[in-house]
Amino acid sequence: MDSSLLFSLRLSLQVAAVATLFVVIAGLSAAFLLARKNFPGKELLDMVLTLPLVLPPTVIGYYLIVLFGRNGLLGAYLYAWTGWSVMFTWYAAVLASFVVALPLMVKTARAAIESVDENLINASYTLGHSEWWTAFKVILPLAGKGIIAGAILSFARAMGEFGATLMLAGNLPGKTNTMPLAIYSAAASGDRSEANTMVLLFTLISGLFLYMANRLTKRGI
Amino acid sequence: MGLSINIKKRVNGFKLDAQWRINDELAVLFGYSGAGKSMTLRMIAGLMKPDEGEILLNGKPLFNRAAAIDLPPQARSFGYVFQDLALFPHMTVRGNILYGAHGLSKNERELRCRDMMERFTIAGMEKKFPHEISGGQKQRVALARALIRRPDALLLDEPFSALDAPLRSEMRNFLKEIRREFPIPVVLVTHDLAEAVALADRLIIMAHGRVVQTGTASEVLNSPSCPEVELLVNTKVVWV
Repeated sequence: MDSSLLFSLRLSLQVAAVATLFVVIAGLSAAFLLARKNFPGKELLDMVLTLPLVLPPTVIGYYLIVLFGRNGLLGAYLYAWTGWSVMFTWYAAVLASFVVALPLMVKTARAAIESVDENLINASYTLGHSEWWTAFKVILPLAGKGIIAGAILSFARAMGEFGATLMLAGNLPGKTNTMPLAIYSAAASGDRSEANTMVLLFTLISGLFLYMANRLTKRGI
Repeated sequence: MGLSINIKKRVNGFKLDAQWRINDELAVLFGYSGAGKSMTLRMIAGLMKPDEGEILLNGKPLFNRAAAIDLPPQARSFGYVFQDLALFPHMTVRGNILYGAHGLSKNERELRCRDMMERFTIAGMEKKFPHEISGGQKQRVALARALIRRPDALLLDEPFSALDAPLRSEMRNFLKEIRREFPIPVVLVTHDLAEAVALADRLIIMAHGRVVQTGTASEVLNSPSCPEVELLVNTKVVWV
């Protein structure tokens, strides 16, 4: 394997790992909120968090540019304060991956949390334990497999992100060209052997992740 | 000292309107399924909110609509045993019991846990998980977990309904035994008349969301207050 391929592979793993970290934190919080609390706007929040699952990546990319671009709603302030913009950096790839992977985490974790027997939660409350303590000691352990499965799916999805990443981070060799982008370049320039290697490698890695996620969810929660 | 309730609740067309008070005695909430027994218990424990009324435990209001008092279940000192026992499947027997010893020092927790396991004849099962022990042992663990904190009252929601007949009568005797060591108000929900008569210091008969009669077992059996009660107690009276 040549060094540019290795760079793409390493960048993809790095982007997916960082994105998944944030996905787990944000997704788990959202899943808890949606599964256990009733509040106005709950359905709206659920819809907004699920939208990236069905929207074309170009639409997500466009939204992210509008928000975080150098002249974007938030990006403009960031640029004015720091002279730095997230655009065309590997952080942009993280941002894109985060948004597209988040719904998978929220959906899977929410289902896992909702599957925990309500009586066990009530038992914990009647034994004097707070909602937080109950979440950590009863709900999280019992929903653990589903939550880990959600994290693995999110990682796989984050690693495979292409469209929004292309719009936000660009396809800069040695800087932002994650594996899906490198595969696109290789295929576009007719480099079949390079494309074949990467496609096979990518399929293997993604297959492995799906296998792990399936095993976790099948073995019961 | 004791527990008194006067509560109203409407859910999906069902209307519950219950008022009674008990002292440090074992009261049995008796009636057909759907009479509102379990719902009453859940409202006492704070797992469900009444629409109106008041719940007092040892003179202290746990719920009072007029005064906007509604203590969360964590702040009400009840031991609660659920119908399915609700043992934590991911914790050992010891873990389950210690989980009930919230707010005690580490020493005290250990001491009481050992004492409870001894008393409830489940010593030696510390490291076993709920799915590895028998139905009767699970009952004892659930009771130990509910009582280790020495709550002010005990609420039992059809705790023995999943057991076969010999074990059920063994558990009834066991409950009577531990009553001597924990002289607190106990509310037990059941639709089994034999169980109700065997255990109750006081019977509270419920039908269609209302309390239709209260009294000792013999009072209720000998002079049912209405046809509903008569039907309830006569169907199985031969077994008493």
